[in-house]
Amino acid sequence: MKKLATDILVIGGGSTGAGVAWDAALRGFRVVLVEKRDLTHGTTGRYHGLLHSGGRYAVKDPQSAIECIEENRILRRTHTHCIEDTSGFFVVTPEDEGDFPDRFQAGCATVGIPCEEVPLKEALRREPLLNPRISRVFEVPDGSADSFLATHVTVQAARQAGAQICVYHEVVGLLTEGSDGARRVTGARVRDVVTGEELVVEAMLTINASGAWAGQIAALADIPVRVIPGKGVMVAVNHRLVNTVINRCKMPADGDILVPVHTVAVIGTTDERVADPEMLNIEPWEVALMLAEGDKLVPGLSQSRILRAWAGVRPLYQENYTGDSRDATRALALLDHQQRDGVAGFLTITGGKWTTFRLMAEKTMDKACAQLGVDRPCRTAETPVPGVEQGYYWVGHRLHEVETERLQGDLVCECELVTRSMLEQAAANNPTVTLDDLRRDVRLGMGPCQGGFCTFRAAGILQELRMRTEETAPSNRAARPEEPAWSVAHMQSPRHAMHQQPATLAAGRSPLDNPNLLLRDFLQERWRGVTPVLWGRQLKQERLDELIYLGIMNIDHLPPDDDASPLTEFWQFDTTPGAGSEETT
Amino acid sequence: MAPISWHSVDLSLDECIKCNICTSHCPVSAVTDLFPGPKYVGPQAQRFREGDQAITPDHSVDYCSGCRVCNEVCPTGVKIAEMNARARADMVAKQGLPLRNRLLGRNELLGKAGSFAPALANFAMHNPFSRFMAEKVMGIARAAPLPTWSTSGTFGDWVKRTRGQRLRSAKKVVYYHGCATMYYEPFIGKAAVAVFEHNGYEVIVPEQNCCGLPLLSNGEFGAARNYHQGNVGKLTGFARAGLPIVGTSTSCTLTLKEEAPELLDMHDEAATTLKMATYDIFEWLYELHEAGEFRTDFRSMPMKLPYHAPCQQRAHRVGKPALALMALIPDLELPESHARCCGIAGTYGYKVEKYQIAMDVGAELFDFVEAQGSDVAYTACDSETCRWQLEHGVDLPSRHPIEILAAAYGLYDLARRDLTTG
Repeated sequence: MKKLATDILVIGGGSTGAGVAWDAALRGFRVVLVEKRDLTHGTTGRYHGLLHSGGRYAVKDPQSAIECIEENRILRRTHTHCIEDTSGFFVVTPEDEGDFPDRFQAGCATVGIPCEEVPLKEALRREPLLNPRISRVFEVPDGSADSFLATHVTVQAARQAGAQICVYHEVVGLLTEGSDGARRVTGARVRDVVTGEELVVEAMLTINASGAWAGQIAALADIPVRVIPGKGVMVAVNHRLVNTVINRCKMPADGDILVPVHTVAVIGTTDERVADPEMLNIEPWEVALMLAEGDKLVPGLSQSRILRAWAGVRPLYQENYTGDSRDATRALALLDHQQRDGVAGFLTITGGKWTTFRLMAEKTMDKACAQLGVDRPCRTAETPVPGVEQGYYWVGHRLHEVETERLQGDLVCECELVTRSMLEQAAANNPTVTLDDLRRDVRLGMGPCQGGFCTFRAAGILQELRMRTEETAPSNRAARPEEPAWSVAHMQSPRHAMHQQPATLAAGRSPLDNPNLLLRDFLQERWRGVTPVLWGRQLKQERLDELIYLGIMNIDHLPPDDDASPLTEFWQFDTTPGAGSEETT
Repeated sequence: MAPISWHSVDLSLDECIKCNICTSHCPVSAVTDLFPGPKYVGPQAQRFREGDQAITPDHSVDYCSGCRVCNEVCPTGVKIAEMNARARADMVAKQGLPLRNRLLGRNELLGKAGSFAPALANFAMHNPFSRFMAEKVMGIARAAPLPTWSTSGTFGDWVKRTRGQRLRSAKKVVYYHGCATMYYEPFIGKAAVAVFEHNGYEVIVPEQNCCGLPLLSNGEFGAARNYHQGNVGKLTGFARAGLPIVGTSTSCTLTLKEEAPELLDMHDEAATTLKMATYDIFEWLYELHEAGEFRTDFRSMPMKLPYHAPCQQRAHRVGKPALALMALIPDLELPESHARCCGIAGTYGYKVEKYQIAMDVGAELFDFVEAQGSDVAYTACDSETCRWQLEHGVDLPSRHPIEILAAAYGLYDLARRDLTTG
């Protein structure tokens, strides 16, 4: 069995794990990060995209609010190109009477969040679709964030600092030594989910950054960690109804945030305790609630074209907590298992939110340093990740580049303006096992047609790329290092991708060798997110997509049913109503 | 203008199912790579445009000719051409407009100015040296088929001059002549008046403004609004009195009916009243025919007349009434063009960088006409700029269908382009 020895083993490739790997590598540790699927496949890739100003927690949870505003300022420097500087409104709708707005203003002042009341007329001029019955509007420095890109570039920064990143590597066991009371975690047994090979990673310290899955990982060392998986449902509207983040000015509740992110507006979220973080079923009432609440912010929202619904699972943690997940704290939770459970060499970092991922990493590594008896200060707050020179993201970015470089003829995904070279570069420079990985990399299939026109193109292009790699340089494929270059700072830039070397693929990722499997799995994954909102204009779209894939391509008979990729199990979950809720399991 | 709104044009982007039917029918993207197609610049690009954008992210939308073939073929009702017009207006608002486009947008002003001394104006504008300079200095293609000012007085002059001879009747129609008939082709107006009167209608020719279409298609929405406001003021009274407003320029009537209110977001009661009362002349005559009140005392017209229904006429979505009524003329053979567009699209083909595109688009129509053989004396088309382009493309005189009707009634000489009586 292959063995790796490292200082720090990070489990989990979401924003927190990426942040920990980055932080640890910058402090000079040897780092290995393992993630059982693609980066951001879990909660990080399923959130609404809000860069919090802290306003949301100013009244309810001042500690979280302070963390948010401080991290908001830092991330704008370190991850500039992953952020859109949309600004944010807190609006008082007719239902939000009472003294909350005043408490909100006072709360923001106390924790240091810049907050200004905007005259109603000015607010409606900036956001013409806002509910005209709103009585007050406060502006705070909210933003929207691309959590896919942010995590990828954080990992790139970690790699540049020496970290080794293993995606599609699932932890199957924790290595422990010693007996009760003096136990120690010394690493993990890890399985490559594509090849099935196992690997042992020995580490001085293992950090459990697996978010909603943290309980399952800790259980491998018989440590009880009760994460409260709080499922949140989000619904995307086909185009940006607003260009400013809109929050309800009231105690945080369901469906009170509308976030313009890339080309869509996302309304979120619900908060339901679930039994299993993998069970992400979306119930009709959840979608209906989001639309009804959305109408209070933007009247008519429920009648506009709804693109998709999805769910993420918050990794909430509160020691000995038994209440509703909505009321559980959003603060980060760092569990020192030596102190708590008498198990050394093992830390769990969970809770928190995307906005505070860097801080979570910092606190975790501070604790790690203390346990390892070294004094190495955190450097992430002063270290921009690759690509920040591009400045803030703006929604016209891709269109502008496609236009100035005249790349209109190279579009693969027309909805989201993904060019052929973007797709090829992402596939070649990034570990790619499924088309869904490329979706997270370059937004393939995320627009109105939900993969209708790009899936067959992308599968064909990848096949061509694979053939080209084999034909032009038969030895090249074997000779290339197994770990691809992974330069992703400009992954979303059409201009940048066109100036790159022609792409070739790394060896040994079998599902890529099966275009029919790529095709089927991606279509099924897209379909899964459309089914909860299958009416009106999106239904028309799906009818056309159905005609293309079932009518013309007869795709439902390809490939053989027992062929599977790591994406297959994702869309094959039990989707019967009620499945996965805590009561039924 | 707020690009994000519940405005019907903006909202229609949500109807797009990406099917590409518009792209495969677009006559412009078929002949040039400079235009990536209606889907791309329309509902697709719209998702990347933002309300307060400091710079407009795209520029290829400027190569949309505005012919509206995309709207015609869209199976889900996306208002693509209008979306493009609004995007262009946003570009103009951010980046300004070249003098040329300002000039081409001001048909009414140009018409008036030239009509003070039309012969001089024609010479000044149409000699090879001026055309050369206009191309070099302003970018107006030297070969483009610009109109000539009428040297026999404007249509308004003729109306005044012949006031005493006009029919008085209880049945009245309000005639919207537009700028081209007023200053360049007064004979179209004469033919229309002759046909109205022959059918027993008294013709009212009120004061009126340019419909604003040249401004709309060049992205000058502010100036277009002033014109439309003017027309609403001058014409709505007649509409309220129950009189139809009927025009011979099919693009002008479309603007009054649909383009101006929709693009400019003018949906008040007065603008809507005008919109509802406006007809393209053949749309109105066909209703007369359906009511059994249209006179069909036509003379035989033994000739072959290739007919092209222009894009702007098709955008009325009223079928092809000119074709239907001309078909009532004995012995007139009417081969019908199925060409998508003549290419000129208003002022599009006048621009030096677009002239060749317009000619390439028009090739479909030119080829159709040429395929009709050598015994063809005229072509017919409802739109003035299309007729000029058609004459430029195939070297055959082109006539408005209303001229054909007037001639078939024996009231009009097709060759001289004048009333047989006057």
